[in-house]
Amino acid sequence: MLKIENLHATVDGKQILNGLTLEIPSGEVHAIMGPNGSGKSTLSYVLAGREGYEVTEGSVSLNGVDLLAMEPEERAVAGMFLAFQAPVELPGVGNANFLRTALNAIRRARGEAEIDAMQFLKLARARMKELHMPEEMLKRPVNVGFSGGEKKRNEMLQLALLAPRFAVLDETDSGLDIDALKLVSDTVNSLRGPDFSALVITHYQRLLNHIVPDRVHVLSAGRIIKSGGPELAQELEAAGYAGVQAAA
Amino acid sequence: MTAVSGTGAAAFLARYEGLRTRLPGARVAWVEALRDKAADAFRAKGFPTRRTEAWKYTDLAAVAGAAFGEPLTSVDDSPALPPATHPRAVFVDGRFRPDLSTLDGVAAQVESLGAALPRLEGRIGALARPENEPLAALNTMLFEDGLVVEVAAGAAAGTLEILSLAAESERAPAFHPRHLVRLGAGATLTIIETATGPAAARYLHNPVFEIEVAEGARLAHGRLQQEGHEGIFLSTVYAHVAAGGVYDNFTLNAGAKLARNEIHVALTGPKAEAHMNGVQMAGDGQHVDTTTSLDHAAPDCSSRQTYKTVLAGRSRGVFQGKIHVHQVAQKTDGYQMNQALLLSPDAEIDSKPQLEIYADDVKCSHGATVGELDADHLFFLRSRGIPEAQAKAMLVEAFLTEAVEAVADEPIRTALEQGVAGWWQRQGVAA
Repeated sequence: MLKIENLHATVDGKQILNGLTLEIPSGEVHAIMGPNGSGKSTLSYVLAGREGYEVTEGSVSLNGVDLLAMEPEERAVAGMFLAFQAPVELPGVGNANFLRTALNAIRRARGEAEIDAMQFLKLARARMKELHMPEEMLKRPVNVGFSGGEKKRNEMLQLALLAPRFAVLDETDSGLDIDALKLVSDTVNSLRGPDFSALVITHYQRLLNHIVPDRVHVLSAGRIIKSGGPELAQELEAAGYAGVQAAA
Repeated sequence: MTAVSGTGAAAFLARYEGLRTRLPGARVAWVEALRDKAADAFRAKGFPTRRTEAWKYTDLAAVAGAAFGEPLTSVDDSPALPPATHPRAVFVDGRFRPDLSTLDGVAAQVESLGAALPRLEGRIGALARPENEPLAALNTMLFEDGLVVEVAAGAAAGTLEILSLAAESERAPAFHPRHLVRLGAGATLTIIETATGPAAARYLHNPVFEIEVAEGARLAHGRLQQEGHEGIFLSTVYAHVAAGGVYDNFTLNAGAKLARNEIHVALTGPKAEAHMNGVQMAGDGQHVDTTTSLDHAAPDCSSRQTYKTVLAGRSRGVFQGKIHVHQVAQKTDGYQMNQALLLSPDAEIDSKPQLEIYADDVKCSHGATVGELDADHLFFLRSRGIPEAQAKAMLVEAFLTEAVEAVADEPIRTALEQGVAGWWQRQGVAA
């Protein structure tokens, strides 16, 4: 499980997270909603270990291990996965090569046997079929020339192949049409189980109709101001953040 | 002021005076005249200094101030050779070694320069310009050997390897091989040239190539400069390409303490093509320089240049690229791109593209970029579990892709990929 306690973080000296506390037990999917600037993306980058996001107070542990002491690649090996809001394009890096390198890096670090190109292809093909991704997307450079929806599906392909213990989805629904939204949701739902948990960051209720969360939290000014069941998302959709912020 | 004897230009001139009557071609009038003229040019100018425009970014003071010895003369010495995948001519300290070479299977006339020199009047010295390039003057004055490769009109000569080794020795030899490559009309040839030496040996390798590509002929010339860490590599290539011919040069400039890869290409007939691509890679204490000059001297010709430089540690890279489009060269299509990736704050690149266009109907573009690894790209790869060093290697490889993909010739591309991988193994990613 992921345990965040009293997390304070700054970006460029600016305080963004102000004592955020949150527990996501194994097997559960939680959603974080909140207005722009409330710290949603900062939280996702702090969890993944991006440079420039400085934790000034508090702790984060994944299955009892201190996440903040680890390098980004060590976090991935420990089971952390961040689906990026705006995935980068990597000209010159073939998608298949990238995916297999990542998969094998994690397998190697976990003491598992690496998989060869043929095994990988078989694995990737099955997952790509589920995501309605044409196979030629393996041959192209990572995300180069991909549409917004294709980039998000490529993120989901990475999620499905790397099969992490904990996934953060940072506004994965932004810019997706309804079909792509469904594919993204199917991927996350297919991973749900006792050993998997996720934090879904979103602006919109829409995604949560497909990935039904166990808990919904409202983030405002860098802390959780309200938590509730899935119905909280509907409340927010109807009343907006202002009502919740005023009540908190 | 008197010149210090034993070092620099004075020492090379003294050696020339001493060897003059014993060098190959010593009793052949045209060879003597060629060497004397080169010696005059070298005497007048000596080693170039940074006050010379062409050498503004590469300082030869360390070469001019060093003492070099005679190349190895013993043929008993048989250094370990990497396996050959094609017919191969082997040179040790600049001398052709028939005992180490295997030349069967090349549909070309291949000889040592030492043997062929007397019949090469009008060929040796036809393209090199000792009066302009002091290192070509030094080479002309002192060359003792080299390779002569002649492909008959219409022949498909396949692939020939040239391996230049520096021997393990304390004598810090200087060698100046002179190579001649001539392709008849419609002929094709691939050359894969590797220059290498022991890690700790000091030496100067100063090769000059004169290359003639006749009408419709095609020469792919892959060069892997992987000299030892203390080696100095100063190379000058002159190539003339006739109508419809193609000269395709790819150079991996990755070894030596100081390396200059200087290429002069002239497109002399309509529809001739030049491809000049390369990768430079340098680590701590290395200086790598690629200097190209391209003459578009006929109409309807095209040229493509893509050079990528990767610098780690305290290293320095130079790219200078001049394109001269003559007035007659209408419909020229020229492209030049040079990009540098700096992996360390102590690395430095100097880049000087130069276009001189005297024709009015041409398409000529050039570009230059300098950058570091993108932090977002690196974070993305690491967030997927890829260790930092491996992620950097992937991004550097991606940076080199465009230049490597420009290599049409499969054996050259394979050799190049191995060369780049080898650099990583030796270098690590010293950021």
